[in-house]
Amino acid sequence: MSELIELSAAEAAAKVRAREIDPAELFDAYRDRAAADRLNAFTWVADSAPDSEPSAEAPLAGVPLAVKDLFCTEGVPSQAGSRILEGYLPPYTATVVSKLLSAGAPLLGKTNQDEFAMGSSNENSAFGPVLNPWDRGRVPGGSSGGSAAAVAAGLAPWAIGTDTGGSIRQPAALCGIVGLKPTYGACSRYGMIAFASSLDQAGPLTRDVTDAALLFSQMVGRDHRDSTSLAFPGPTELPRAEDLRGISLGVPEELVTGAQDGTGIEPGVRESFEATLRIAEGLGASVHPCRLPHAPHALSAYYLIAPAEASANLARFDGVRYGLRIDGDADLETMYSHTRAAGFGPEVKRRIMLGTYALSSGYYDAYYGTALKVRTKISEDFRTAFADFDFVVTPTSPWTAFELGAKTDDPLAMYLNDFCTVPMPLAGIPAISIPSGLSDGLPVGFQLAGPAFSEGKLLDAAYALERAIGFDGSEVRR
Amino acid sequence: MSGGGGERGAAGNEIAAGYEPVIGLEIHVQLKTQTKMFCGCPLSFGDPPNIHTCPVCLGLPGALPVVNARAVQYAIMIGLALDSEIAPRSLFHRKNYFYPDSPKGYQISQYDVPLCSGGRLGDVRIHRVHLEEDAAKLIHVGASGRIHGSDRSVVDFNRCGTPLVEIVTEPDLHSPEQAHEWLTLLRTTLRQLGVSDVNMAEGSLRCDANVSVRPVGATELGTKTELKNMNSFRFLEQGVHKEIERQVTLLERGAPVVQETLHFDPVSGQLTALRSKEEAHDYRYFPEPDLVPLLATEEMISVAAEQVPELPADRARRLELELGLSAGSARDLAFRRELADYFEAALAVADAGQAVAVELSKWIPQLVERIGSDADPAASRVSPAALATLVTMVTAREVSRDAAREVLTRLVAEGGDPREIVEREGLGALSADDGDGLPAIVDEAISADPDAAAKVRAGNDKAIGPLVGYVMRQTKGRADGGEIRRLILERVGQP
Repeated sequence: MSELIELSAAEAAAKVRAREIDPAELFDAYRDRAAADRLNAFTWVADSAPDSEPSAEAPLAGVPLAVKDLFCTEGVPSQAGSRILEGYLPPYTATVVSKLLSAGAPLLGKTNQDEFAMGSSNENSAFGPVLNPWDRGRVPGGSSGGSAAAVAAGLAPWAIGTDTGGSIRQPAALCGIVGLKPTYGACSRYGMIAFASSLDQAGPLTRDVTDAALLFSQMVGRDHRDSTSLAFPGPTELPRAEDLRGISLGVPEELVTGAQDGTGIEPGVRESFEATLRIAEGLGASVHPCRLPHAPHALSAYYLIAPAEASANLARFDGVRYGLRIDGDADLETMYSHTRAAGFGPEVKRRIMLGTYALSSGYYDAYYGTALKVRTKISEDFRTAFADFDFVVTPTSPWTAFELGAKTDDPLAMYLNDFCTVPMPLAGIPAISIPSGLSDGLPVGFQLAGPAFSEGKLLDAAYALERAIGFDGSEVRR
Repeated sequence: MSGGGGERGAAGNEIAAGYEPVIGLEIHVQLKTQTKMFCGCPLSFGDPPNIHTCPVCLGLPGALPVVNARAVQYAIMIGLALDSEIAPRSLFHRKNYFYPDSPKGYQISQYDVPLCSGGRLGDVRIHRVHLEEDAAKLIHVGASGRIHGSDRSVVDFNRCGTPLVEIVTEPDLHSPEQAHEWLTLLRTTLRQLGVSDVNMAEGSLRCDANVSVRPVGATELGTKTELKNMNSFRFLEQGVHKEIERQVTLLERGAPVVQETLHFDPVSGQLTALRSKEEAHDYRYFPEPDLVPLLATEEMISVAAEQVPELPADRARRLELELGLSAGSARDLAFRRELADYFEAALAVADAGQAVAVELSKWIPQLVERIGSDADPAASRVSPAALATLVTMVTAREVSRDAAREVLTRLVAEGGDPREIVEREGLGALSADDGDGLPAIVDEAISADPDAAAKVRAGNDKAIGPLVGYVMRQTKGRADGGEIRRLILERVGQP
């Protein structure tokens, strides 16, 4: 049994294909572990594998998949971590999920998350916080904390999550796994419960870079149901790079070296980051400082744009058609306000208020309009940087996993988690986080960001680095 | 003048003496596409509730809109028909408001960069034309059928997401009658485009009016109010009339007009305030992030242009300029496509060709009067060829106009060939060549009223009336009035 769990998803798929392991047995091994979850990583676990045995020839060969609760799955609770959607059973399945199911990955369970993906610690879930498998007194990161914790703890071979401002990469970093935020438009958003439509992207959370590449290869593609999706250029192959010769890495001063109060990178994180840069150089990469002059404003722009879009995206949760409804016999206004007051958590309410304010007549130009201009500047900064560098690299999170409750009273401190991860989604570009080592026994993430649709190259570089780093996360899977 | 009823512009404003009403219209047109604006559900009217729905038009979590290409084509056709500029790149926005008829909590609409800008139809300038989606329908269950006093309200999402084009005019209308007439032209134009059913009773054409008044000669606009729910041409006219009256009364009393939205109740004829400017929604428009900008390519525009037929205003101009019809009858024909089509079909088969066009145009109203004003003459027993023959006979003086009217009545009742009817019924024109026919009756008239004959002989033309009347009575209208006059003058020997 435990040997099964020790296989990476790609290894397990290969063994299923070679008929060395039975996919039903593989499913049951993970199902039992997910059902016994002590991390609160799952909000729903499948009773059994789907009736139709996955074809061994299918690309994902029966390796079960954990899915963030933000994705709609037909007939299976899809609650987005919110009381307002408690027990909601969608009548359809998100495009990305149905692509993965038909590529041969059966649905193992739905994973816990910050409510509507709003959070960096998973403490904003209506279904309770997720615990970090490296230290159960600490947060797993968020918002895809359930997916990250489940993969790190070996409760799932792999998982998908969503990233709006860092929601895949930051929990991947805090849990010691790999997380990829693809280029905006690479994966369909159809069926993904929207937080901030112009930023949301689905992506894999996996034990290693090869698994990420394999899962990602089955997620991409133009979907006629999502007007913002694009055909992924070229085939997505598994990474093979042995070294980083000819690769140039830019270290943005504004995000890494300019340590301001509060945004400062923890010494242990900085140490691991610097060590990884030396490893990269050892693999043949050149490492130089680079500039992203507007990056320090990314967080401010993000916390206007994302809440603005969220304020409209969450308006549909009104108690009229589905989900929670309070005082249905009262007048309309009362029903609306009681339903939303009871259904949404404090962070969601805070962001709806922020976003509503930012879009209000008389404030639009000063807030939302200015944020859009900053966003354009940030895209230009990256374009300029990529003229000289293949990738921009930063620590994924300024900190390792912090203690539960440590930042819940200080939203601004919580938002600073995303300091290094927010600029990329604003520019729509892909970024990956890989484990670079431990600091005081807690994992540290190393982030690489590349130009739009550079995922192939990005995964290759991450793969070469991963092999050289040799991070071992097996202790938390026991 | 190519439509839009300018000559009636100032009519009907006795209530507003000294004031000039200024009216702009906002018209919502449901497009007649196969499917909804942003999803694949079919359009419907009158079906059982909530059978044409899907995750997208129900606003289920995670669902995303996709623009209906046919709706875009129809909107471009409307833009072209209204002489608008088609924007190569336009945007969809979210218009945020909470109401159960709006399942997403926002309507997807175009805001600062609409698909079509500017333009003109008849006398009225077009401000803009844009695409959006229709709301769901609320049904208030209970005795009253209205929101007040109902037991509960339920929502039917069949209509939700139906493609809508909103047409906004400049404030170029100046009377309720002119508004009515212009809206008729717009409806005819849209019907001719084939892009909508344009049925006000079924809601596929809806009209709001912005109304203000100002002292005659003033250049600044007065404070406007917005009138909603005028779901018939008559209600539009009544509602606007009522509002002009109300505003003038206020101004006469020295009281200000307050900017507000008013609801017209056609039953009571009353206007009730829905909300004032202070209560106006802040819709918090922002660009719809689920859609990419709408790019109207040259190819899309030329494909749409090929679908635009000759439009009423152009047709009226052609009938007037090429066929010599009066402006009024050219418009009366062109603004009802079936009449113009019938007219042109008859003209095409008339032996005398275009020479009879003016006469023929006068006979279409005669036909309409006999078959009912809403009927399509093409569906009547009178073929275009039959009418053409009859009109040719009139112009050739083979039949008098009075007799021809009788023939037309028979044609409407039983169909057939007008020549045969004239023959069978002996309705052929009596003329001077008829030997002892018409000349004999004229002589009879002169001897029956020698006084009149003497006056005519002395040069008093007015005295000819009784003599003509006598002949007409005797011939039962079969003789042509002009011919009778000529004969009388000849017989009495007027110099």
